[in-house]
Amino acid sequence: MEIIWYIIIAVILTVFFILDGYDFGTGIIHLFFAKTDKDKEVISKAAGLFWDSNEVWLVAAGGLLFMAFPTFYASVFSGFYLPLIIVLWLIIFRALGLELRSQINHSIWKTIWDKAFGVSSLLLALFFGIALGNVARGVNLGGVEYGMSAYEPHYFFLPLWDSSFSPSTTHPGVIDWFTIVIGIIAVVTLAIHGANWILVKTNASINNHLKTVIFRLNIALAILTVFSLSIWHIVEPHPLANYLEYPLFLVFPLVYFIGLIGMFFIKKLKKEVHGFIFSSLIITGGVTSTLATMFPVLLPSTNNLNPDLTIYNTATSTYGLSVAIPWMIIGGILIVAYFIIQKKLNKGKIDDREYGH
Amino acid sequence: MEDMIFYDRLQFAFTITFHYIFPQLTMGLSLIILFFKGYYLKSNKEIYNDAAKFFMKIFAINFTMGVITGIPMEFQFGTNWAKFSELTGGIIGQTLAMEGTFSFFLESSFLALFIFGEKIMGQKLHFLTGFFVFLGSWASGYLILATNAWMQHPVGYEILENGKFVLTHFSQLFSNPWLLPAFLHNQMASLVTSAFVVASIGAFYLLIKKNEEHGKLFVKTGIVFGLVASLLVAFPTGDLNAKNVAKYQPAAFAAMEGIFETEHAGAEIVLIGQPNMVEKKLDNKIAVPNILSFLTYQDWNKQIIGMDHFKKSELPDNIPALYYSYHIMVGLGTIFIGIMMLSVVFLYRKKLYTFKPLLWTLLFLVPFPFIANITGWYVAELGRQPYLVYGLLKTVDGISPTVSSGNTLFTLLGFVALYMLLGLLFLILVGKTIYHGPKSLKH
Repeated sequence: MEIIWYIIIAVILTVFFILDGYDFGTGIIHLFFAKTDKDKEVISKAAGLFWDSNEVWLVAAGGLLFMAFPTFYASVFSGFYLPLIIVLWLIIFRALGLELRSQINHSIWKTIWDKAFGVSSLLLALFFGIALGNVARGVNLGGVEYGMSAYEPHYFFLPLWDSSFSPSTTHPGVIDWFTIVIGIIAVVTLAIHGANWILVKTNASINNHLKTVIFRLNIALAILTVFSLSIWHIVEPHPLANYLEYPLFLVFPLVYFIGLIGMFFIKKLKKEVHGFIFSSLIITGGVTSTLATMFPVLLPSTNNLNPDLTIYNTATSTYGLSVAIPWMIIGGILIVAYFIIQKKLNKGKIDDREYGH
Repeated sequence: MEDMIFYDRLQFAFTITFHYIFPQLTMGLSLIILFFKGYYLKSNKEIYNDAAKFFMKIFAINFTMGVITGIPMEFQFGTNWAKFSELTGGIIGQTLAMEGTFSFFLESSFLALFIFGEKIMGQKLHFLTGFFVFLGSWASGYLILATNAWMQHPVGYEILENGKFVLTHFSQLFSNPWLLPAFLHNQMASLVTSAFVVASIGAFYLLIKKNEEHGKLFVKTGIVFGLVASLLVAFPTGDLNAKNVAKYQPAAFAAMEGIFETEHAGAEIVLIGQPNMVEKKLDNKIAVPNILSFLTYQDWNKQIIGMDHFKKSELPDNIPALYYSYHIMVGLGTIFIGIMMLSVVFLYRKKLYTFKPLLWTLLFLVPFPFIANITGWYVAELGRQPYLVYGLLKTVDGISPTVSSGNTLFTLLGFVALYMLLGLLFLILVGKTIYHGPKSLKH
């Protein structure tokens, strides 16, 4: 039962990263590559029309996590208090940028909110990557110092950074050099993903140039991937243990590498949507491989005193988990229907579509 | 510890107050939109279809604001109220997750269909999409109220040795005696807000002599819905709620009614007066004898327990705030009934559209139903204090053990700044929509 809910939530979360990921990525591309007014307009529209329907997935993932793994929810949300609230601020600030820019037709006004949109997108991508890095690295559960827990064994609190920026100190911060690497990987991945989305949805004048950009970013991503794999053992002493035990899990890294390799053929792809599919595979593979390395652990403990948080020691009662299955089936049907409706309504390029609701 | 809980509560109160400006309008408005669309199907008068589409546009802006300000609400359960989430997540997580999965998806997909799909679908299907928007937004309210009802009056649970609450009877979450009266009261109150908004936009058009035909329709629809809803808010839904509070939370009941001392026989109802917490009495009191006993128990002489009966630790911790919230809510509710009755009389005599004083009143009254709704929630939440889960889990035991008050104050300030910008955006968007008027939606 725990495994079923783990899979449901992981799927919803992955879809969220794919969907909201492209509109974060769109923001990053907007920040660095959009030069003409027309391009800025069209590219911000490529995120502006969709951001709110994408964030519904975050709400669903959060609610389900709360229901199925309340102890994990409580521990992680209070422990990562500052980065999570900052993510919330960025989400709101980004929405403000997207919605306010078209309200007053003046270049300074538009520039301000374009930058707000671009910078907050970039930081969101970075923070989501850093979050994934933190979950992989683990935290000092119970706030152990000198062999004593400062809190209950499943609580912790992380400052934003520790002056050493090292992942292996007693009290690492949210930002250390390991999580920064994962954060940069997320930024590069989502920039590729966002660029693909712009190719799919718009006729922006930079589109041909973007293919070159994607190609170069993909080289960077490949190098970063190899680098991150070579340092992974610092945070996880036996990164391959799960793959040896459940060889089926190898499908997740495989998905990642198919996406990564496919992306190199960006200039030869017949349809723009193929590029988008490859970058979606990269995201799917990246998130699921990280989870698979850790399974069934949700958050590793960096001390020897307190145990890791797993899907088993943080889940609610079996009755609670099973009684939620029937309504989740209805919810699942609605979610699929919603997905199809959104797809149908938003077919094709959006260059000439009216902005707003 | 003291200041930790203070800032946690302040942050939650601030963010939820701001959030609740939006859903209270969408819930009521979805029903009025459904009426406009339905009447268009029947009468084929184009003006009703305009009205439906115009208000759906206002709905959409509010819905988006509701989503943006709703995400922090969900997050805060974990960030600021971790211990509460850990202990009760297995129960209220059910209703909250149901809200997050289906009502949200229902509402946003059909909202998109309603706005973009009229030509493709034909009128009957278009009405149906409007119906699903209504269903989604009311289901959302129902599930939030089910969550709150469990905190007010916990049912269907078991407490394990480690202090965790686990669910034993899923269906009891929905047959909670607290739920139905609270839900209906809340929905009718949100209908009052929407009715006032519809009427005031209409009054605005009549006063500036623009879109006058639409203006007349909006005023008429607004006040008819407004009168019916404001009556239903008071009776039976408000009455049933008050009886529930008297039955399940007598300490909260005594505090909100301002009864410091238990009387031997029937209790008076306080109309005006300020709680004096030092001398434990009401200053400047105006009260009518025996009415409260009658309203609560249909017995003029039935005794009602006063605050003197309870230990200080069982009484709500902010009695004046609770007392004022309750009296502001009831006072405003009574004024709404009066204004709406007067408007309907003028409408019946065909003088409403030209009687400027009343149109101005309708226009400027629009913030007050929002205030009444929000103070209504304050009554429910302050009345439940000092508990998070009534009688079982104290508020002070629900906060995040590791988050310091400095961090909470820091994030609170950030929310204040961002929400000011959000409020600005909201006013621009709604202002523009009203300025462009219902005619601009014809393509």
